Amino acid sequence: MDFNDTPEEAEFRAEVKAWLAKHAPGHELPPGATLDDADEVARGKAWQRELYDGGYAGILLSKSLGGRGGTIVEAVVFDEEEKKYNLPKGPYIGIGLGMALPVIGKHGTDEQIKKFVEPTLKGELTWCQLFSEPAAGSDLAAVRTRAVKEGDAYVVNGQKVWSSWAHHSDWGILVVRTDPKAVKHKGLTFFVVDMKSPGIEIRPIRQISGASDFNETFLSDVRIPEGDRIGAEGEGWACCMTVLMGERLNQGEEGRIEALMQYAADTPMEGATALDDPAVRLSLATAYAEERAAKYFQARLRTMVSRGENPGALAAMMKLTYASRLQQTSGLAMEIRGMDALAPHEDVIPTRQLWHDYIWSTALRIAGGADEVLRNQISERVLGMPGEMRADKGVPFDELK
Amino acid sequence: MNFDLAEEQKMLAEQARGLLGKQSSPDRLRELIDAGAEWDEPLWASLSELGFPGARIPEEYGGLGLGDLDLGVISEEVGRAVAAVPFYASIVCAADAIQRFGSDEQKEAWLPRLACGEVVGTLAHAEGRQGWWPKSSSVSCRAGKLSGVKTPVGDAGIASLAVVYCAYEGKPALALVELDGETVERRKLDGFDQLRAHYALTFKDTPASLLEASVGDEDGLRTLTDRMSVQASFEAVGGAEACVYMARDYAMDRQIFGRSLASYQAIKHKLADILVATEFARSNAFFAGWASDNAPAELAVAAAAVRLSAINAYEQAARENLQVHGGIGYTFEADCHFHYRRERTLAITLGPRQYWADRLVTHVPGKQMETA
Ligand SMILES: Cc1cc2nc3c(=O)[nH]c(=O)nc-3n(C[C@H](O)[C@H](O)[C@H](O)COP(=O)(O)OP(=O)(O)OC[C@H]3O[C@@H](n4cnc5c(N)ncnc54)[C@H](O)[C@@H]3O)c2cc1C
Repeated sequence: MDFNDTPEEAEFRAEVKAWLAKHAPGHELPPGATLDDADEVARGKAWQRELYDGGYAGILLSKSLGGRGGTIVEAVVFDEEEKKYNLPKGPYIGIGLGMALPVIGKHGTDEQIKKFVEPTLKGELTWCQLFSEPAAGSDLAAVRTRAVKEGDAYVVNGQKVWSSWAHHSDWGILVVRTDPKAVKHKGLTFFVVDMKSPGIEIRPIRQISGASDFNETFLSDVRIPEGDRIGAEGEGWACCMTVLMGERLNQGEEGRIEALMQYAADTPMEGATALDDPAVRLSLATAYAEERAAKYFQARLRTMVSRGENPGALAAMMKLTYASRLQQTSGLAMEIRGMDALAPHEDVIPTRQLWHDYIWSTALRIAGGADEVLRNQISERVLGMPGEMRADKGVPFDELK
Repeated sequence: MNFDLAEEQKMLAEQARGLLGKQSSPDRLRELIDAGAEWDEPLWASLSELGFPGARIPEEYGGLGLGDLDLGVISEEVGRAVAAVPFYASIVCAADAIQRFGSDEQKEAWLPRLACGEVVGTLAHAEGRQGWWPKSSSVSCRAGKLSGVKTPVGDAGIASLAVVYCAYEGKPALALVELDGETVERRKLDGFDQLRAHYALTFKDTPASLLEASVGDEDGLRTLTDRMSVQASFEAVGGAEACVYMARDYAMDRQIFGRSLASYQAIKHKLADILVATEFARSNAFFAGWASDNAPAELAVAAAAVRLSAINAYEQAARENLQVHGGIGYTFEADCHFHYRRERTLAITLGPRQYWADRLVTHVPGKQMETA
């Protein structure tokens, strides 16, 4: 076991550090800034372009696809160094790199790869994910949006929901039902869709945070050329799995608890500070222990990946604990600061961050695999326990109640 | 043994629940947030018409002269509805402080007006990072003038009267201050709870009248906060119960993998555990409400116990209710967020859990002897 960089890794790190020092500062956002969405997307695209020019866009993507063909360790090293700057890295970039490219790379044709990979790496194309529907979330295979083949195009009708950043995306990855006579998972087909296509209507949904960065997306007689189908008809579920695997592996662990300790130390309490209080120490130390465990657990997962092994549902453990810990500890830190955290009398950036985290943690516990779903995955796929009884098993979709 | 609410108390609760259910619907709450409203003034008027603000205020001062448990059942309904009214600030806190520490003139001057809802009061105790109730206040009262900063103060934008925790000749004290004068600066703060506004109050030689009986009475002040804790806990119990049933109803309607979401054990157990926590908190609340009226010697432990159990129940309930809703729960159009935010207010307003843990342990019978 060795936690130090190998000589090659150290060299790569030094190179990355130098490159970032030169290029990142010009793209940094002012701390605590809230930008309007369009501005944020523009800045995100510009940074992505910079990464492309530097040869750092798509580190894990194979060379044949136009990526760097690097190792997972290189991706981690880059990520660690990049995080030291406050850069615009939103889902509008992440969905393209982490979801669209892997699925196009694996299931797409050469033509599709040619059309989409390079512009996405360059930040010229942004993407949204059109998977979830009002009646299909955790149960994604229940999607009802229909595509019917007409000549050399598919005509799509239905409704998607929670489409993050769809209002600022050029293209979408879309899963729809092409065969209602087949059982749920089998009748699905995957597409990429130009978000400017006639018949697409995007309506913002207001979130509890006050922002509206996700949407309802209505599709009415949207014509998608056959050439934008990814994989074969009926291959939609396999494509979704490719996307969701990518989603899981991208989840990184950011150390937060140290900052909370500082926050406690900045809170006076009984002639000392809150950090001197035994109860505060116990809770923050417990959280810190868990956070460290997650960091080293992730290192184990990355080691597996670098050896070509698939961590599968083990990766769910990271997300499950991260989301809950974020909720638990941001709520706790508000309690530690006390009433001033409910309504600070001066603009305190850490307090604002806690509000953000306490709200955002609720979304994290739901999106991309909700807690309960992840627990099922861990118990069924890691522990080998039987799945829940399913009323929909083996039943053609159109015969389901 | 009869450890149940009396018929009249049940009726009172029903009446409050009916009115709040009708006038303080989730849509109404959204409307208030959108309008940036400080409070639901028409609702306050309706509550006042039925005498709710005066429930615990003695009849001689225009109230109904009811007890702490009666007030508790109303607090519970306010919590269930996340109503945007200053019931806690004006009645639970300010009126109680005046009632317990005020002179006859002070009571005569203010209690009738608080009882009928015409005047809104608040209690200013916190001092920013120094805490919810600093041992020695940095706000001083000298020769009838108050100076210093209190922050954050709930509902201080609509209040015209504040009871201010301050220092008088080096001793802790409460002073009455009218907020409408030139010598008080009120600054609205950006707050986490969208239905209860908080303010920073700066006093500059503001005319103030001491609540004489409060001066140096540390035990009495603690009892006041015990009583506040009982009512805030009732509020939390109402909120927690609302969350449990909201989650239950949603799960019953939602189909996942060909089954009702409510049929999954993970969801059933989650909600069952929270219901247990809520019923336990309510039981502690009943006892604390009763003790507050009938067994003052037991109040400290009862108030601390209910505080700890009610915070815990509401915290779990508010979080898991949103969780059970999935993506919908994260939207403004769903009703989960009112509780998710209000829960933090109730958990934090009365100081850290350590304070209450300490109060509980030092007052558990037998322990007093040891530490004395
Ligand atoms: C901020 C945010 C951004 C999002 N962005 C996108 C996006 O860009 N594109 C997109 O397609 N989707 C997006 N989503 C949707 C997300 O993928 C879904 O919310 C998620 O899959 C859960 O589905 P649901 O909301 O329908 O909840 P449901 O599936 O209805 O779940 C409700 C509750 O039931 C629980 N549950 C589910 N199954 C079981 C079970 N078997 N046993 C016990 N409990 C169970 C869940 O854990 C949850 O608590 C986003 C969601 C959020 C919150």
